[in-house]
Amino acid sequence: MARGVLAVTRTTGAGAAALALVLLLAFGTLIAVALRAEGAGAFGVADWAALRFTVVQATLSAALSVALAVPVGRALARRQFRGRAALVMLLGAPFILPVIVAVFGLISVFGRSGLVSQALLAFGFEPISIYGFHGVVLAHVFFNLPLATRLVLQGWLAIPAERFRLAASLGFTSHDIAQQLERPMLREVLPGAFLVIFLLCLTSFAVALALGGGPRATTIELAIYQAFRLDFDLGKAALLALVQFALGAAVALVALRVALPSGFGAGLDRAVTRWDANTPALRALDAMLITLATLFLVLPLAMIAVDGLPALATLPSSVFTATARSVGVALVSVLLTLALALPIAAWSVKAASKLIDGIGSLTIAASPLVIGTGLFIILFPVTDPFALALPVTALVNALMSLPFALRALVPALGQVEADYGRLAGSLGMTGMARLRLLWLPRLRRPLGFTMGLSAALSMGDLGVIALFASPDTPTLPLQIYRLLSAYRMDDAAGAALVLLAISLALFWAFDRGGRVNADA
Amino acid sequence: MLTLENLHVDLGEFTLDATLTVGTGRKVAILGPSGAGKSTLLAAIAGFQPATGRIAWNDDSLAGRAPADRPITTIFQDNNLFPHLTAAQNVGLGLRPDLRLTKADETQVEEALARVGLDGLGPRKPARLSGGQAARVALARALLRHKPVMLLDEPFGALGPALRDEMLGLVRDLADETGATLLMVSHEPEDARTIADEVILVADGRAHAPVPTAEIFANPPEALRDYLGR
Repeated sequence: MARGVLAVTRTTGAGAAALALVLLLAFGTLIAVALRAEGAGAFGVADWAALRFTVVQATLSAALSVALAVPVGRALARRQFRGRAALVMLLGAPFILPVIVAVFGLISVFGRSGLVSQALLAFGFEPISIYGFHGVVLAHVFFNLPLATRLVLQGWLAIPAERFRLAASLGFTSHDIAQQLERPMLREVLPGAFLVIFLLCLTSFAVALALGGGPRATTIELAIYQAFRLDFDLGKAALLALVQFALGAAVALVALRVALPSGFGAGLDRAVTRWDANTPALRALDAMLITLATLFLVLPLAMIAVDGLPALATLPSSVFTATARSVGVALVSVLLTLALALPIAAWSVKAASKLIDGIGSLTIAASPLVIGTGLFIILFPVTDPFALALPVTALVNALMSLPFALRALVPALGQVEADYGRLAGSLGMTGMARLRLLWLPRLRRPLGFTMGLSAALSMGDLGVIALFASPDTPTLPLQIYRLLSAYRMDDAAGAALVLLAISLALFWAFDRGGRVNADA
Repeated sequence: MLTLENLHVDLGEFTLDATLTVGTGRKVAILGPSGAGKSTLLAAIAGFQPATGRIAWNDDSLAGRAPADRPITTIFQDNNLFPHLTAAQNVGLGLRPDLRLTKADETQVEEALARVGLDGLGPRKPARLSGGQAARVALARALLRHKPVMLLDEPFGALGPALRDEMLGLVRDLADETGATLLMVSHEPEDARTIADEVILVADGRAHAPVPTAEIFANPPEALRDYLGR
């Protein structure tokens, strides 16, 4: 009996400790912020503008992403063509794409001297600018249209093929199918997709940092950063952090009532046979939509390669030291993610409680800038926070990866325990033996995916590090941002290419490591 | 002697009660319609299914003890082997659940594998074993665990009739060698005739006391008649 109870206690204890640390970082920092905010001045005109901008850009970005995803998702769902599988995979790429890299690619296409502006100039029009409100929205649509498309595509493919066969045998037109099959599905999928994207746009600091700014395009997070870095007004930063938190919490509360889609769904590699959509006009429409969406995704990425390759040979050494620093932070962050996610997942599975991993996933609404501000306020009286920039970044990055890690690990661990829990229990495999001989080997795939994801997310992070970094210890994304700000575009292009390659390579290596030689 | 006294399992809609004893060294088949609670009875004895009442091996009460701390080894319906471990490692778990095996342990593992006819197959992983071989690996591990009670939950359901008879023969021989008490769930009355001295009939929420096999088939009670269809 003693051993059994001990094992339960150990799982529960480790899980509770990990969850407590998460809560402490997500909410304890908030208390530090709140205490500090008391002395702050009132919420000024600029702050109201930041709040308004934050909400408006997130609403518009989410609405556009979702609205565009419907026709693109429908086209993908009903057409089979060469390269379809590759395109669907590519739709997953922006998720692990470093923001600053994507921003660079978008500038190359939509910036003042980008492809679009050059084409406009050739026809005698004014060039366009990517900075400001529409730039922020454009970047958010770039990141989230693929996600929304995957979610919508999932919804379409979740409609049983028999329904479409039945519809065809009853002589349904495309209009009838939309009415009877597609709209009910969309009514279920779209609110969740909108909320997820709204939430992501709410806390996306790097896009606002790179493309926003000024009185008319400052998000709350950007305002926190400015209060912090430019004015060193901790009270103001704290007040803004509270507002940002309240906003995130409010949306998270709504999100709890709506089933949030996962977006990692497998089995998107088939199309539904449709008998209603075989008209030349609809085929042409779908072909055009798929082409446009592909161009929108691929062009900025291609431009990074085009601009970056020639610059690789002459990259300054600071880029390489920053690269080494980033890889180190990413690897530490991977370990921290696992150290947090595994105990929480184990506790959640053992207690069969969705609440546990639900709480662990709350950090999806938390803002790294808010956590960073709180940590700074806590650390400032004790030590030099700037000296701790890299460990703090690794930790906060791990926290940001946690919701995705739990989403991958909890169901997988539940399955492992359902399949082998009794066998392991009957043999007395508890504690470390269970971890080493059952969980780790059986969880290789989701662990590989989780490690790859958290490595790539951390590699590309430009959040807390911007807050904490001293001038001589930038990570690679921060270094790229500085190069961009200094208009050293060639160096920035080369560094962006390096960052892109390493992020993708890390994801690939970990994810692949989880797949090869895995026993069924 | 295995004693169940006022054993009661409550699964909401479904309940199971049992008061019975199984003598040391007996081989008992558990028969009954599907869904009657045959596997639930085994799970309660093995410690996977919470139950009230008394479960004891001789004078040793098992209530509340973790599965691995009971004098019981179980062979499950499926997933008896970890697919990521070799046959030898799967057997070795029966000696040390953390697999830190000494040289002597490894020799024991080899001997156990040889005993079930798998000489030299230790390094193979389950994916490279046939269904019958995988079942033998599970038996080799049960052998090494040296537990006085062996529970089998329809362990050979996926095997063909000839192979199944072969495995049942091996189980019978192993039980005879070790003096283990055997309880085996089956939905095949033939299995009971092949291996069992006695039959526990599970029907209508009750596990009935064991009856000698020849007797129960000669004069089947109504629940068994319904199940057998005659």
